[in-house]
Amino acid sequence: MDEIAVLGVGMHPWGKWGRNFVDYGVKAARDALQDAELDWNEVQFVSGANTVRCGYPGYVSGSTFAHALGFTGAQVASSYSACASGTTALATARAQILSGSCEVALVVGADTTPKGFLAPNQGERWDDPDWLRFKLMGVTNPTYFALYARRRMELYGATARDFAKVKVKNSQAGVNNPNARYRKAFTLEEIEASPVVASPLRLLEICATSDGGAAVVVSSVDYARRHGIANPVKIAGISTVLPRYPEQIIEMPYLATDSAAGTGWPDGGFRDTIPKRAYAESGLGPEDLDMAEVYDLSSAFELDWYEHLGLCKPGDAEKLLNDGETSLGGRVPVNASGGLGAFGEAVPAQALSQICELTWQLRGQSGPRQVQGARAGLCINYGLFGHGSCVILQR
Amino acid sequence: MAEKPKVPVIEGWFTLEPQPSLIGLRCGGCGSYFFPKTQASCINPTCGGGEFEEVELSRTGRIWSYTQNCYSPPAPYVSPDPFVPYTVAAVELEREKMVVLGQVSPDVDVEALEVGTEVELTIGTLYEDEQSEYLMWNWRPVAA
Ligand SMILES: [Zn+2]
Repeated sequence: MDEIAVLGVGMHPWGKWGRNFVDYGVKAARDALQDAELDWNEVQFVSGANTVRCGYPGYVSGSTFAHALGFTGAQVASSYSACASGTTALATARAQILSGSCEVALVVGADTTPKGFLAPNQGERWDDPDWLRFKLMGVTNPTYFALYARRRMELYGATARDFAKVKVKNSQAGVNNPNARYRKAFTLEEIEASPVVASPLRLLEICATSDGGAAVVVSSVDYARRHGIANPVKIAGISTVLPRYPEQIIEMPYLATDSAAGTGWPDGGFRDTIPKRAYAESGLGPEDLDMAEVYDLSSAFELDWYEHLGLCKPGDAEKLLNDGETSLGGRVPVNASGGLGAFGEAVPAQALSQICELTWQLRGQSGPRQVQGARAGLCINYGLFGHGSCVILQR
Repeated sequence: MAEKPKVPVIEGWFTLEPQPSLIGLRCGGCGSYFFPKTQASCINPTCGGGEFEEVELSRTGRIWSYTQNCYSPPAPYVSPDPFVPYTVAAVELEREKMVVLGQVSPDVDVEALEVGTEVELTIGTLYEDEQSEYLMWNWRPVAA
């Protein structure tokens, strides 16, 4: 797959600011344009990552952000795929660029979130699995994270201490990130003293919901050179794959998995197949990665990702963690940004925030959290109802 | 005072008698099971399609994983006041080769559970209001 260039990135810091999501998106977009040394009027395509919690403007985010920046007659698209929305919006921009429909595009996502657990939509919704899981058995998002964590403990001998160590590592990284919401280095004692939300996971190990925004300016590699950037960070691979039937891991918001009775067990589940497409497009493998940003909905979940990405064999994630291989200074630092643990979820912005982090890292601009000599990085997450999201960047 | 009627919280998902069981579908074409029975046709992409047969799923399985929820979830879940923590188990059904969630019977100590524990389907009260008591399936360790 041909590469595209990252010309500029920008973010609005994550927090609980309580303002209109458009403000965050516009701030991130202006910063990305400034970073790209590009005038808004030069943007040929605007790709918005939608939010479903902020009313109609959120469903048409591309034009909402463009309107706030001033309509220019550029092309526009808006995408929603839950936590994968940012990657979907980026993939749409890439398709426009590689097809020759445009040369330079702005991708933006931002969200304003309510307090507490993410709740389903209101009303009686007996056909909506996301409503039914709460109605029938009170299965919250942390319930699913806890099911995965408990299974790791019993399958691989992971301990609650291992999970807390992930949080310690990521909170130390978050201290050095001015865009992170939580900039406090937590100790094992503090984490282990926080209340259990869904056993074995504690409050400090489960990601919060946040407000935030992120934006990326992308272009053809040729456009980047003409724009004066000889050696840009490049997007080498994107995965937006669906799961394959049958999926054997119980995923939000379902109450049952598929059945393998008619097909036998598949080789690998959804999370294993998401990175494969990005690896194939980029020609890189897990051994080529200098760093990764992963979807740490919980501390324990980060460990699952080491294995899904192929950074180690199933069951070896705790060893990788405890050997310091995924810490800053280790072989392949994971969540050097602080991860969702330090940020919290701002759904349509989080995949783009991962791109921002990798871009700064590959340019060597990350200050005290810099991964030394980073040349290739991967980011991954996935959206409710089966949206894969993985991007590989290299320089 | 007359006893309140006891009704399933959702219609058509499980039976109460003679023994409680989950009602699923089985595809005659490929043998896949589906629960809940919301599919109109087979979702196995390699299956050419076949007659759907309504079936009772296995009444026993083994715990794939479990957790105790210690905070009251948002509506539409109806929490007792004061809130009482509850346990959710993901249970693997051997014949169906699938995992089904359910609350664990409230009198079962979470410490008694392990991945692999054999459990059976029972019926419990999810909540009640002025009119009715609402029933839901639970998982419960099979008495040794
Ligand atoms: Zn079939």
